[in-house]
Amino acid sequence: MKVSRETIVCLLIFLLLAMVPAIAALTDVPFYLDLARRMMILAIGALSLNLIMGYGGMISFGHAVFIGIGAYTVGICAEHEIVSGYIQWPLALIISAMFAVVFGAISLRTRGVYFIMITLALAQMMYFLGVSLDRYGGDDGLPLAEPSNFSGLIDLSEKTSLYYLVYGLLIFCLWISQRIVNSRFGMVVKGARSNEERMQAIGFPTFRYKLTAFVIAGAMAGLAGALLANHTDFVNPDMMHWTRSGDLIIMVLLGGMGSLSGPIVGALVFILLEEALSGITEYWQLIFGPFLILVVLFARGGLLGFLEKEQEINKFPERDNG
Amino acid sequence: MVESLLNIENLRKSFGGVLATDNLSLSVEPGKIHAVIGPNGAGKTTMISQVSGALRPDSGRISFNGEDITRSSPPNRSLRGIARTFQITSIFNEFTALENVALAAQAHDGHSFRFWQPAKKEARLTQPAKEALELVGLENRAQVLACNLSHGENRQLEIAMALVTQPKLLLLDEPMAGMGADESKKMVEILNGLKGEHTILLIEHDMDAVFALADQITVLVYGSAIASGLPEDIRLNPEVRAAYLGDEE
Ligand SMILES: Nc1ncnc2c1ncn2[C@@H]1O[C@H](COP(=O)(O)OP(=O)(O)O)[C@@H](O)[C@H]1O
Ligand SMILES: [Mg+2]
Repeated sequence: MKVSRETIVCLLIFLLLAMVPAIAALTDVPFYLDLARRMMILAIGALSLNLIMGYGGMISFGHAVFIGIGAYTVGICAEHEIVSGYIQWPLALIISAMFAVVFGAISLRTRGVYFIMITLALAQMMYFLGVSLDRYGGDDGLPLAEPSNFSGLIDLSEKTSLYYLVYGLLIFCLWISQRIVNSRFGMVVKGARSNEERMQAIGFPTFRYKLTAFVIAGAMAGLAGALLANHTDFVNPDMMHWTRSGDLIIMVLLGGMGSLSGPIVGALVFILLEEALSGITEYWQLIFGPFLILVVLFARGGLLGFLEKEQEINKFPERDNG
Repeated sequence: MVESLLNIENLRKSFGGVLATDNLSLSVEPGKIHAVIGPNGAGKTTMISQVSGALRPDSGRISFNGEDITRSSPPNRSLRGIARTFQITSIFNEFTALENVALAAQAHDGHSFRFWQPAKKEARLTQPAKEALELVGLENRAQVLACNLSHGENRQLEIAMALVTQPKLLLLDEPMAGMGADESKKMVEILNGLKGEHTILLIEHDMDAVFALADQITVLVYGSAIASGLPEDIRLNPEVRAAYLGDEE
């Protein structure tokens, strides 16, 4: 069996990521660890967005809100001295899922540009809610007094432990996504993106499936949020700002919409470029923007799609036109 | 008298000023092919869409199997056993022919909140899908992406997607639209094979096909039925000849 390039790229990335703690220690640059961990957390967020955006055609411009909700759940719990991760994290998942039910139920009644606008509006609402939460730091955010406590299992104040936890969870989320996308449920979500009218006509009440996908994605982003709170030891409304949602969309587009590990590639490239370019100039987005446009124009399926397409051509020298 | 499977009573639907369905009544008997003919813009597709649930009538009543379905949703009607095909091919372009049909089979195999097993490997979906493809003569094209199928094959695929759900009533909206003579002939054969076992509401412009297949014909003009009866009666009906068939013989 031929291994697809996507799989190879994916394996290489995970191999590299596994070595980052060692590299950081050897070179004595702990920043690498920090950077790679942030990248993986955002990759989980992008992966979750890809479930609805890449596979379901639901372009949510407010997806970072669920990361924020997950992070705030951990932060607020800690503020009230509930430090057990066994409580915080499930709560982060449940609460972000609950918000996703409500936001999905509202926004999924529309589509196209309206869907984008409504998700954006709902997210901004949550952003301003965060800003107005004076009890929890308002605009300034809320420092996390101590990391989530998984006593007996793992010590998250140990940053390398947190790193490998994030690493494991990223693989876990990728695996879950892979199962979901190919399952009966996944077929329904993909079908609804392709041709919703037809889906209805063959007997699928599509709304409930799309809503479920939206909630799964929301919960997965909530998990990323819980991780992010522990990563930065801090939560603030900025995590929910619409530009953060935009970043997630860019990661998905960069890596390749609708390819499973595309968002991971996207997150990697995004974070690396951001880091490299912002070292050169404060106006790094001036360079990043055109780069993004080029990718979108010339590699429709993102960077991964670019690889796969070449392979497709090799595989089928003659196009089958019936 | 046989109880009819589908009953349309006093159906009315307007788009702005256009009365697309005008007090239309029609019933389809089980096991029969009931053809609806009429000039372009007569309201045939609009009628089908109201029966399938894609459009809500302004007034009137649709009952199926003795139950009022006027207000039920399209998926609900599909699950009750009403399958439709579209005049303008409507399929899942990114999926293979087999996946298209398997997805239709899946819709009728319980809920789809199943998140773990790969659907492609489920024989209970792919097996009936293969059989349906065979029925329409597409068994050798199962693995081809739908967007790479020819127009005629797409039309056949539509039929397979409808058949795999084992519908009680098939709504076929111009299955031969845009087909060449050979493809049309093949489609007539396919539909002939369904005759007797399936109840079909057939919309078609190809008069040869209609007269070859139909047990009953209704003529639609400006949204209302101007005649309905056996094919030979319709052929001889002067009003129909004037309005639609043209005095050709
Ligand atoms: N969605 C729609 N919006 C506005 N007018 C429509 C729509 N669908 C159909 N019509 C109008 O209704 C009439 C009947 O159309 P249609 O049912 O497609 O006819 P047919 O299928 O017999 O050719 C036409 O005048 C058409 O322009
Ligand atoms: Mg029509």
